Amino acid sequence: MAALRILVPVKRVIDYAVKPRVNKAQTAIETSGVKHSMNPFDELSIEESVRIREKKSYPHGVDEIIAFSIGPPKSVDTLRTAMAMGADRSIFVETKEGEEVEPLAVGKVIRELVKREGINLVVCGKQSIDDDAGQTGQIVAGLMGWGAATQASKVSFGEKGVEVEKEVDGGTETVRSQLPMVITTDLRLNEPRYASLPNIMKAKKKKIDKISAEELGVSLERRLKTLKVIEPPPRQGGGKVDDVDGMIAKLKELGAI
Amino acid sequence: MASRSRVALVLRRTRISTAPSTNPLRPLSQIRWQSTATTEDAEGVAQGTTGTSKTIKFTSETYPEIKRDSKFAEITEDHVKFFKEFLGKEASVIDGVTKDATDDIEPFNGDWMRKYRGHTKLVLKPGSTQEVSKILKYCNDNMLAVVPQGGNTGLVGGSVPVFDEIVINMSRMNQIRSFDDVSGALVVDAGAILEVVDGYLAERGNIFPLDLGAKGSCQIGGNVATNAGGLRLLRYGSLHGSVLGIEAVLPDGTIVDDLSKLRKNNTGYDLKQLFVGAEGTIGIITGVSILCPQRSKAVNVAFLGLESYEKVQQAFKAAKGQLSEILSAFELMDNQSQDLVQQVTKNKRPLESEHPFYCLIETSGSNSEHDNEKLQSFLEDVMEKEIVTDGVVAENETQVRNLWGWREGIPECLGHWGGVYKYDLSIPISELYSLVEETREKVAKAGLMGDTDEHPVVDVVGYGHMGDSNLHLNVATRRYDKKVEKELEPFVYEWISKRNGSISAEHGLGLAKKAFIGYSRSDTMIALMKQIKKLYDPKGIMNPYKYI
Ligand SMILES: Cc1cc2nc3c(=O)[nH]c(=O)nc-3n(C[C@H](O)[C@H](O)[C@H](O)COP(=O)(O)OP(=O)(O)OC[C@H]3O[C@@H](n4cnc5c(N)ncnc54)[C@H](O)[C@@H]3O)c2cc1C
Repeated sequence: MAALRILVPVKRVIDYAVKPRVNKAQTAIETSGVKHSMNPFDELSIEESVRIREKKSYPHGVDEIIAFSIGPPKSVDTLRTAMAMGADRSIFVETKEGEEVEPLAVGKVIRELVKREGINLVVCGKQSIDDDAGQTGQIVAGLMGWGAATQASKVSFGEKGVEVEKEVDGGTETVRSQLPMVITTDLRLNEPRYASLPNIMKAKKKKIDKISAEELGVSLERRLKTLKVIEPPPRQGGGKVDDVDGMIAKLKELGAI
Repeated sequence: MASRSRVALVLRRTRISTAPSTNPLRPLSQIRWQSTATTEDAEGVAQGTTGTSKTIKFTSETYPEIKRDSKFAEITEDHVKFFKEFLGKEASVIDGVTKDATDDIEPFNGDWMRKYRGHTKLVLKPGSTQEVSKILKYCNDNMLAVVPQGGNTGLVGGSVPVFDEIVINMSRMNQIRSFDDVSGALVVDAGAILEVVDGYLAERGNIFPLDLGAKGSCQIGGNVATNAGGLRLLRYGSLHGSVLGIEAVLPDGTIVDDLSKLRKNNTGYDLKQLFVGAEGTIGIITGVSILCPQRSKAVNVAFLGLESYEKVQQAFKAAKGQLSEILSAFELMDNQSQDLVQQVTKNKRPLESEHPFYCLIETSGSNSEHDNEKLQSFLEDVMEKEIVTDGVVAENETQVRNLWGWREGIPECLGHWGGVYKYDLSIPISELYSLVEETREKVAKAGLMGDTDEHPVVDVVGYGHMGDSNLHLNVATRRYDKKVEKELEPFVYEWISKRNGSISAEHGLGLAKKAFIGYSRSDTMIALMKQIKKLYDPKGIMNPYKYI
């Protein structure tokens, strides 16, 4: 059996601690001047891949962990973070600022990379928190004819194949699949590490190969058009009352009692 | 949009987060007193906070040498009736005089450290400057002693009564009065909570020029009354610089209206400065006008491990030199402090291996690329020169908050075992840490420190605002014990005095440091201060038994 060759797709998104705001034209989310970070689910994917290597949990070892991103020029930062966390090298497909690529196109790009790089395991987040599409992993599996174990909360390698646990209402569900396969990651899977200084410095020397979608023979043309983006209706502000009497008066005023 | 997954993530993070939860302190000063405190949060820092305030010893028992001043009148039903009549609302008067209100009053009697506890039977919560004025005038006329109280997070026992002083709690005056987004001048009621105010400013692209671990509870009035320093003094300077104006009420009811919004105003004595750091001894602050800088768009945080205090100093020097204008915090923590935080929170430490010292460096600027580049080259430099042994850089907001948690969570975690002897000291930077080492040795030699219950002391730790030469020497204990106090005092104060340091860098004097001011101030200075006190509070009703 061959060692693992893992591909981890990562995406640069608005930091999840930042409250997103809709632009004036109501066509998209305001992104300029807003803090961006790696999609949190992708952090889990990198972490898990690095742990598989460190803990030697796959008997034939890990040959290479490749981070991949498709996005605007600044996505390079996200790839550097991925490499500081432990990915060996990166592949980058650059798009124009503001150009959103649909999951199917991303899936096709990944398919081409999987073939070129001899990948036998794709570990990706179950969704990215910006568009919440939640499709990429499954699309890749479909295009490749591989198994897809989604929303992993635990990954282990047994005699009979790769076992993946997922949390379901009131319990866990365990599935088993053979390599090559796709795993999508969920929050309970692990606790991503901080990028350490020595590793950040090492990551600077790691390679980022740039390649265009055309070179891979994939069209990034969109099939969907965003018509409108609107904020949820603002919450009605609450009021404070001083005491029980105040509350009763207020409830009466509102006709609630 | 991604709101659902964002929420899910937030929830998730609170369960797995690698540091004290993002905002460990918000409800603390309240929940401390409730029996639910122990079950509050399986992993939060509040966990394990023991018992209720009833277990705190009365200050009057701990310090029997302090006697109630007989010049003060005892509170009568008539007094209470007067207050009730004009304060109107039931909730503005917590009356333990005409009925038993022990449970309601306890949170106002006991302090955050669980070290001081008073005997008050009356808490007043005025809702306006006029009400404050009326209360004080009445108290002054009737010789009733009072304690102004903000968020009650003060660390020197200044915010709680010693005997039966009336607590004047400012929490109902919590409105933001105005904000000028051109000048940055904010006018706010004294009782507004720091974190709420900063949230308001954040939405407008500004920042409050002060930040500290107790932000979820402490009030602007309390901050100004203690001249709090906090985490970003290095960047935004002291409140003596940023406070533009003050509205305050003197004991005789006079309203001092000096709510200037001007940056510059050289017309006579700058009297507002007297209220900054007066700890409620000359009047009650009711409103504050303060200059709030632009909030930095780009904030980066690095957490470093170092092998000696020597290296910490080198790192500080390098940070000042290379990060200069974007450096916004440089905080020091020793390994002992981090060890105790870990024991309490059970969180995973940011660095793989342990180091004798840690520094948290924060940069704030307007251009993230520029800042990143600077920070990266600084970090590379200190790694290459082997000043720093290891370190991590926050890659996202959550990591920023979690790393800060390892610094901000220290005071709270140290209280986990029972009590903390706290010394907040200004020391020449080269000698800053020697005091911690000497104190640790002294306490160990006296046989007071150990892992088991017969030893009162858990550990002696040092941390603080390195950027301001401000050390927090903290002795975490299982119980307050005179034997421990004897080892520490006057040893610490003498040590400081020999080096011309300050025995209270930012926490103030309160009750805890009153007796020791002579170690940092000359007789002449103290005499001048007493003149000020006499001038503004001739009858001495304001926060008696404390300060000078
Ligand atoms: C976890 C933690 C971290 C802290 N970190 C720092 C820090 O980094 N830097 C620092 O400097 N301090 C720090 N402190 C202590 C700091 O002094 C207080 O947190 C804060 O400034 C006090 O505000 P408060 O509203 O709680 O005031 P209180 O504790 O209620 O009162 C403090 C003093 O001010 C007086 N006072 C309060 N309000 C008024 C008013 N309106 N008018 C007149 N007098 C008033 C009181 O009588 C008392 O003497 C910390 C405290 C905690 C618990």
